[in-house]
Amino acid sequence: MAAQNLQSVPAELTPEEDAAGQAHFDRIIAEDSRIEPRYWMPAAYRRTLLRQVSQHAHSEIIGMQPEANWISRAPSLKRKAILMAKVQDEAGHGLYLYSAAETLGQSRDKMMDDLIAGKARYSSIFNYPALTWADMGAIGWLVDGAAICNQVPLCRASYGPYGRAMVRVCKEESFHQRQGFEILLELSNGTPAQKQMAQDAVNRWYAPALMMFGPPDDDSPNSKQSMAWNIKRFSNDELRSRFVGMMVEQVRVLGLTLPDDQIRFNEDTRKWEHGPLDWHEFQEVLAGRGPCNAQRLERRRAAHDDGAWVREAAAAYAAKQSAKQQKEYAA
Amino acid sequence: MSPHGNPETPASGAVEINREAPKASPALEQSAQPEHHDRGAWGLWEVFVRSSRGLSHVHAGSLHAPDAAMALRNARDLYTRRNEGVSIWVVPADAIAASDPDSKGSFFESPQGKDYRHATYYTKSEGVKHL
Repeated sequence: MAAQNLQSVPAELTPEEDAAGQAHFDRIIAEDSRIEPRYWMPAAYRRTLLRQVSQHAHSEIIGMQPEANWISRAPSLKRKAILMAKVQDEAGHGLYLYSAAETLGQSRDKMMDDLIAGKARYSSIFNYPALTWADMGAIGWLVDGAAICNQVPLCRASYGPYGRAMVRVCKEESFHQRQGFEILLELSNGTPAQKQMAQDAVNRWYAPALMMFGPPDDDSPNSKQSMAWNIKRFSNDELRSRFVGMMVEQVRVLGLTLPDDQIRFNEDTRKWEHGPLDWHEFQEVLAGRGPCNAQRLERRRAAHDDGAWVREAAAAYAAKQSAKQQKEYAA
Repeated sequence: MSPHGNPETPASGAVEINREAPKASPALEQSAQPEHHDRGAWGLWEVFVRSSRGLSHVHAGSLHAPDAAMALRNARDLYTRRNEGVSIWVVPADAIAASDPDSKGSFFESPQGKDYRHATYYTKSEGVKHL
């Protein structure tokens, strides 16, 4: 048995070894146990995960922008501090997820380059503009709320590093949703104009938040395989319906309404139903034609370029220190 | 200490590194600089966090950094934003040797027939106090 490096790339395998690997993989999935980075896994499983985890990471990184935009205009020092902590968390979530994606054999530089070059996808939600302070509330409550709904089952994803990253992310997300709820509650109990601003934000973010769960089940080609592999635990529509049920309760506490008069609980299916969503718009935004796609990518690109000198300086400093130490040891 | 302090004054992490450095052998020092790949990319480090005094360091995740001091600072910002730790280790990922996941059977000795290594194997003493 050979000791291995953590980053070892899987060697070329014989057909017999592949068959044994597949059997081992199938057994782990059947037991609902976890696959770890250097285990044998089907190429399609690796590809699916790499796509999902890297897209998830990109979403967290791009997701910093709509909120960072409001840090300088937050209405109080406390709100400013909270918003900064939240944006810092989003960066952290992106980094946890990039780490998990790297264990699948993709370099972080490649992922960064793909994002900046516009080759990678991220959640369509971040291509909508945050127009007022109330949007910080609606994003926290609806967008982070939908994200939590999606992410809690991902803590049990069959790929170990992804599940572990999600556990950490979910722990931190609940603060995000509660702070958003609080912003809306405060505005809702404020002046009529403030209440109207809160309602307007909820009206604009409601449908995009519902679409965060992805296309309807009969139009979601990858879902079935992802569920068979224990990556996804519930279908898009199932999670969406669950989310609507939660929001119906919570919006009453806020003293606001959801912009959907077709919400109802179906006694037969025991599921919440909602009005139709504009899936054409969803596809358009995903394809890069949303209100803020160009702006978000441009900002990411500029931030990456602006940070180049820091990365170079840190690498140069490290090299210099290392050379100095070598000399000291040699002497 | 401000969380993003003046780079002129070393953060606590950097101080710790300075103190620890002389203990390392030159050979170890060499391998402690992860190789820089494409266009000066930062190396990968594994992060271990001690959540409170008296407990072991536990693997928290990984990150990229150009050197140990920056790896410690980044680890602090990334993995201890909410008081999750009282101490951090960072280890270059390529300095860790790992057992082969495929040889679980042959590498780890079979526990079969070795129940006698566990206290539960000995049943005659049941009911005897403090045993």
